[in-house]
Amino acid sequence: MRLEQHPILEFHRGRRITIDFEGRNVPAFEGEPIAAALHAAGVTTLSHSVRTHSPRGLFCAIGKCAACVMEVNGIPNVRTCIEPVRQGMRVRRQSAEHPPPGNPENFMPRFHEPETVETDLAIVGGGPAGLSAAVYAGRFGLRSIVVEENYLVGGQLIKQTHKFFGSRSHYAGVRGVDIAAILIREARDTGADIWTSSSVIGYFPEKELGVIRNGRYLRIRARNILVATGASEKMISFPGNDLPGVYGAGAIQTLMNVHGIIPGRRVLMVGAGNIGVIVAYQLMQAGVQVAAVCEGLPRVGAYLVHSAKLLRLGVPILTAHTVSKAWGNGHLKGVEIQAVDSRWQPIAGTEKRFEVDTLGLAVGLSPSVELLSQAGAKMCWVSELGGYVARHDEFMQTSIPGVFVAGDVAGIEEASAAMMEGRIAGIHAARRLLGPSTELDSLHREQAAELAVMRDGPFGEKARLGNQRLLKEA
Amino acid sequence: MKCTKLGYFTDDTIDFPPLERLEKRFVAVAECGQEIPCNPCVDACPVGAITIGENINHIPHIDFQRCTGCGICLGVCPGLSIFMAHRKGDTGWVTLPYELFPPDEGEEVDLLDRQGKKVGRGVVEKIRRLKQHDRTLLITLRMAADLIHAVRGFRRSG
Ligand SMILES: Cc1cc2nc3c(=O)[nH]c(=O)nc-3n(C[C@H](O)[C@H](O)[C@H](O)COP(=O)(O)OP(=O)(O)OC[C@H]3O[C@@H](n4cnc5c(N)ncnc54)[C@H](O)[C@@H]3O)c2cc1C
Ligand code: SF4
Ligand code: SF4
Repeated sequence: MRLEQHPILEFHRGRRITIDFEGRNVPAFEGEPIAAALHAAGVTTLSHSVRTHSPRGLFCAIGKCAACVMEVNGIPNVRTCIEPVRQGMRVRRQSAEHPPPGNPENFMPRFHEPETVETDLAIVGGGPAGLSAAVYAGRFGLRSIVVEENYLVGGQLIKQTHKFFGSRSHYAGVRGVDIAAILIREARDTGADIWTSSSVIGYFPEKELGVIRNGRYLRIRARNILVATGASEKMISFPGNDLPGVYGAGAIQTLMNVHGIIPGRRVLMVGAGNIGVIVAYQLMQAGVQVAAVCEGLPRVGAYLVHSAKLLRLGVPILTAHTVSKAWGNGHLKGVEIQAVDSRWQPIAGTEKRFEVDTLGLAVGLSPSVELLSQAGAKMCWVSELGGYVARHDEFMQTSIPGVFVAGDVAGIEEASAAMMEGRIAGIHAARRLLGPSTELDSLHREQAAELAVMRDGPFGEKARLGNQRLLKEA
Repeated sequence: MKCTKLGYFTDDTIDFPPLERLEKRFVAVAECGQEIPCNPCVDACPVGAITIGENINHIPHIDFQRCTGCGICLGVCPGLSIFMAHRKGDTGWVTLPYELFPPDEGEEVDLLDRQGKKVGRGVVEKIRRLKQHDRTLLITLRMAADLIHAVRGFRRSG
């Protein structure tokens, strides 16, 4: 269902067009992705599992899982959550019974000698980390290319309707979506070239990247590379977790706050960390009912100011409860939750049932490190940072000289930290090319000091300990 | 510990202004007793009534005597965690920051406490939209004076 009104956001919809979904005309607006247009038309089953044939719906909405891949204009496996609609586009579900059209000639990219583009700094990912790096490197005259696989730039910021915390130098009090606009403008002003709908698909020594840009393969030869690919949402296991109607919380946010489409009428949220609580609040903001938030731990992990906002709207937060099953016939109809003891064992007789058509999972993020491990950067497991991360030094440089990391891919934290890490990486990319200078050194000290202050409180403890461990290993 | 279990700040963790200050005019009450990296309220206050200190993780402190009740900090705070209260005789007022679809001025509403439980009825006396608040509204509710420390939300009943 489309939102016509929102207390904070205005939706600037593009021209009205139609796409063809399995022989049926579906209305859409230019500028929205295929999956969003299908949702607005009530189509939530986007694919079927190959083995069990069970229906699958949108899960991450940022191009990081495979739940929304469909056949588009004869090309299979298109991620419909990050592919914008075009007039007359033909969209079809694929499954074992509906294999892609016979002749691979129709969709395999033809071999050609790839064009190679050179740059001072290639940035993979156009979220707050990548954009901040472009801004800082650009100030010292470095040419950078920001490669972003979504057709929209800004990473997770583009769906945050709330004002951010922090201090003034990290845009505290400004809504996330507006911070994205500021960063994009600053990056462009300092000369960054931003490539949208462009996926980095591989790393080649020495510092070359393989990129699919608008369907065409090319290479970037870079003097420095920054990997700022962000993170992807975690899934938990319970019967029914693959039903359409079960979303990563971030996907609900993307549909609702970026495209103005609400996922359902009544929602249960799993996870009372910042993301679960914020998305539950944003659902209420858009006029969607939230039945409850459940959380396995015996306490609320979100900032209490966030959970207080939700509670005073009358939405209960049930701590020490986890989801035990979900059911529905083709789409979610209900969810059962259960109390757990201190060892996360379900307690019999505590089952509670909710009739909901949407379940949001906000159970943590894992760093999107695939490119780094493929490149051969030394990796290590740091649970405080969210799992496998690339080792890096205090300049955000990995074990491969000239390859940097910043943001959630370097450890799950928040946008303020992502911006500071991005700036540090940008400063040191400049230092590698231009040599040390007092200006670069003092900028580094300033950013490192701000990062340390931010991590000084109880909420920064995980990042602080995780990064200490990482620096020791580097 | 109790607060993180419940998800909100209980009365005993909140610094409420003294009665004689509440009776003078509106005064700000911060419900932000957890160390988070945040301090825009400090910069927002035109009279310097809010302090956090060097470490932005520290908890904000409001100097009630200095606070003029202007309401600026309420709409700047990203946590929507600063409120204002005032009382005169039997009547009390609470001003809260609000980001959902607004009610109408003059409308009668159910008054809700920190857990969303109904504690009485009240009237939407005034809605303020300030440019510097960037779409966050300030809603002033009128109620019985003894409710001003309990009411932190409302529900439209029509
Ligand atoms: C609900 C929610 C609330 C939040 N609230 C706050 C808050 O109040 N304050 C705060 O500071 N933070 C907040 N955050 C966290 C913040 O949004 C993230 O920490 C931050 O966006 C991380 O920045 P990033 O640049 O590392 O990654 P992202 O923003 O995730 O950007 C990564 C980008 O890389 C692109 N990409 C990935 N792989 C490739 C590839 N192979 N090729 C090309 N491009 C690629 C992605 O498409 C994406 O755009 C919140 C997050 C969520 C989900
Ligand atoms: S209400 Fe006005 S004077 Fe009082 S603390 Fe807030 S900004 Fe300062
Ligand atoms: S701005 Fe709000 S959330 Fe931030 S420290 Fe001040 S009172 Fe707390």
